[in-house]
Amino acid sequence: MIPGGARTRSKSLNLVVYILRRLAISIPILFVGSFLVFCMVAAAGDPLGELRTQPGVSQESINQLSHQLGLDKGIVPRYFDWLGGFLTGDWGISIAQGSNMEPVFPKVMSAFEVTIQLILAAEIIALLLGVAVGVLAAVKQYSPIDYIATTLAFIFFSMPIFCVAIVLKMYGIDLNVMINDLGWDSWLGNPFLKTTSPESLSGDGFFGSIITYIGGLLLPTLSIMFISFAAYSRFQRSSMLETMNMDYVRTAQAKGISQGRVIMRHAFRNALIPVTTLFSVNFVTVVTGAIITERVFAWNGMGSVLVEAVNKNDPNTLMGWIVVIAIAVVVANLIADLVYGILDPRIRVG
Amino acid sequence: MEAGVESGHGKNTGGSAPEALPEARSQGRMVLRKFLRHKLAMGSVIVLALIILASIIVPLFYPHSFADASFSSYVDPSVEHPLGTTQVGKDMMAQVLRGTQFSLLIAITVAMLTTIIGVVLGALAGYLRGFTDSAISRLTDLFLIVPSIAAAAIMVRVLSGSWYVVALVLAMFAWMPIARITRAEAMSLSQREFIEAARASGAGTGRVVFKHLVPNMVGTITVNATLAVAQAVLAEAALSFIGLGVQIPDTSLGLVISENYEQMQGRPWLFFGAFTVLVLISLTINFIGDGLRDAFDPRQRGVKA
Repeated sequence: MIPGGARTRSKSLNLVVYILRRLAISIPILFVGSFLVFCMVAAAGDPLGELRTQPGVSQESINQLSHQLGLDKGIVPRYFDWLGGFLTGDWGISIAQGSNMEPVFPKVMSAFEVTIQLILAAEIIALLLGVAVGVLAAVKQYSPIDYIATTLAFIFFSMPIFCVAIVLKMYGIDLNVMINDLGWDSWLGNPFLKTTSPESLSGDGFFGSIITYIGGLLLPTLSIMFISFAAYSRFQRSSMLETMNMDYVRTAQAKGISQGRVIMRHAFRNALIPVTTLFSVNFVTVVTGAIITERVFAWNGMGSVLVEAVNKNDPNTLMGWIVVIAIAVVVANLIADLVYGILDPRIRVG
Repeated sequence: MEAGVESGHGKNTGGSAPEALPEARSQGRMVLRKFLRHKLAMGSVIVLALIILASIIVPLFYPHSFADASFSSYVDPSVEHPLGTTQVGKDMMAQVLRGTQFSLLIAITVAMLTTIIGVVLGALAGYLRGFTDSAISRLTDLFLIVPSIAAAAIMVRVLSGSWYVVALVLAMFAWMPIARITRAEAMSLSQREFIEAARASGAGTGRVVFKHLVPNMVGTITVNATLAVAQAVLAEAALSFIGLGVQIPDTSLGLVISENYEQMQGRPWLFFGAFTVLVLISLTINFIGDGLRDAFDPRQRGVKA
């Protein structure tokens, strides 16, 4: 009992040390990366260029704005000003709306909230479904299930995400018409499936809220989910097949353990490891996918913030945007690494 | 053909009759044979070749120019306009053909550049180890955390929306996976005797890496370069779709779709033409990549359908 307790304690301590060590590697990369991106954004031209040519804007107010953005300073001091502000939650002001200067922090964070909600819902469904279908396809290799799963995965894997979103939106509109024809709109809401940005995601009462929530999120979530699902199920299938051919699985089978137990207890757990790696590699792709999906469904998430910031050459918003996503990528990698350590007893974190 | 297949199997299973043994085959010919027998991959090669040929040859005979905006707005599909016309009165078929040309041009350029950058960096890191490896690995990590869509969008806006700028910028943010794969393989190959022999006979780093190491990774490189084309097609389409990629006068399938998809409800032909070509390109390249992977894999004897 005592050694076990000691082991658990040292294990959780190891975990903390491991996380700290990973952060110690990630933070310098974030630092260098943010400086390089800052230079790139600064080199993208004069953010006030458009304002300067506008009639009726006084030289004085331009000078003031220029000072506020730190454009009158060199690139290095400007970066450290930005960094100091960033760490204390003051991410500067956005010039996208002209003279109506909006602080960047709430703007980017509320957009991030919208996008991350979409990503989490889609990724959780895609992981569960992808792993289940991948295992099933591997266990029943060359069966009709395997062929159907493999074909579907290949098609979705090759689909540009916006095309999935557009097709879903198209059929979503048709489905809404059908729901209305059937008279179901009285309890599903009209329209049930939101093909544009939902104004609010709350409904009447508990069930009403659930239905509004599902209807609002369903189509964009499915768009992202399909593509991730394809990658996960393909990966899970090949990793499961590889594990099923391992000696230790054959040994377990030879010992007379039931096939179901061999699959679940011996093969499945180890076959999950490569999928964990895929999750972290795939994360940036999913973020990109979410941004594009939002554009199709006219959501006000990170996608619309990015397009506006790029078009208006809005430096502070671009910086906030890029660094938030970069931090999200680091966190996703950390989570994947921790899961990796839990799944594979050979890899002791720390 | 039948006899050839027979003797091939004879060799694989040990070859009992000496007179049935075929002449020694080089690795390249073995790979080619396996690939040619991969039905799905060969079918994909044919479909892709047809798309490429059509996008080059059909515009030479096609009566309407992509730039001609003199037609009526939203003409339904007819013999005159197989995919109808757009809102501004351009022939959709001409747009799709030109979009296909540019999408392929960009994707192939991106794949070539990413493969060159990735292989050179990965092979050097894996072979030299030590400081070079750490430096290249940190560089890879750095590029992996920068959201490529934002960085690419900013650079395209600054430099211009020409096809080659988009290709260069996309390649800048897509070489990392190939570098990682190449590094891992270079590391394991560096332990082998033939590399040691090359080094012992006085070959310098450049010679060992590019004459001995890289040629032995040709399988991995070919497969990943192929898959990189498919990924580049999708990445470019995504960037152009949100309006931050290729700009007129150049174009791409992503841009063509972006300009017309809002008509999908009433005029699906304005969407499905470009959509079908885009998906076919990406799907066939993925199938070809899969076929190549099987063909290069020495463990894989038979060919899966």
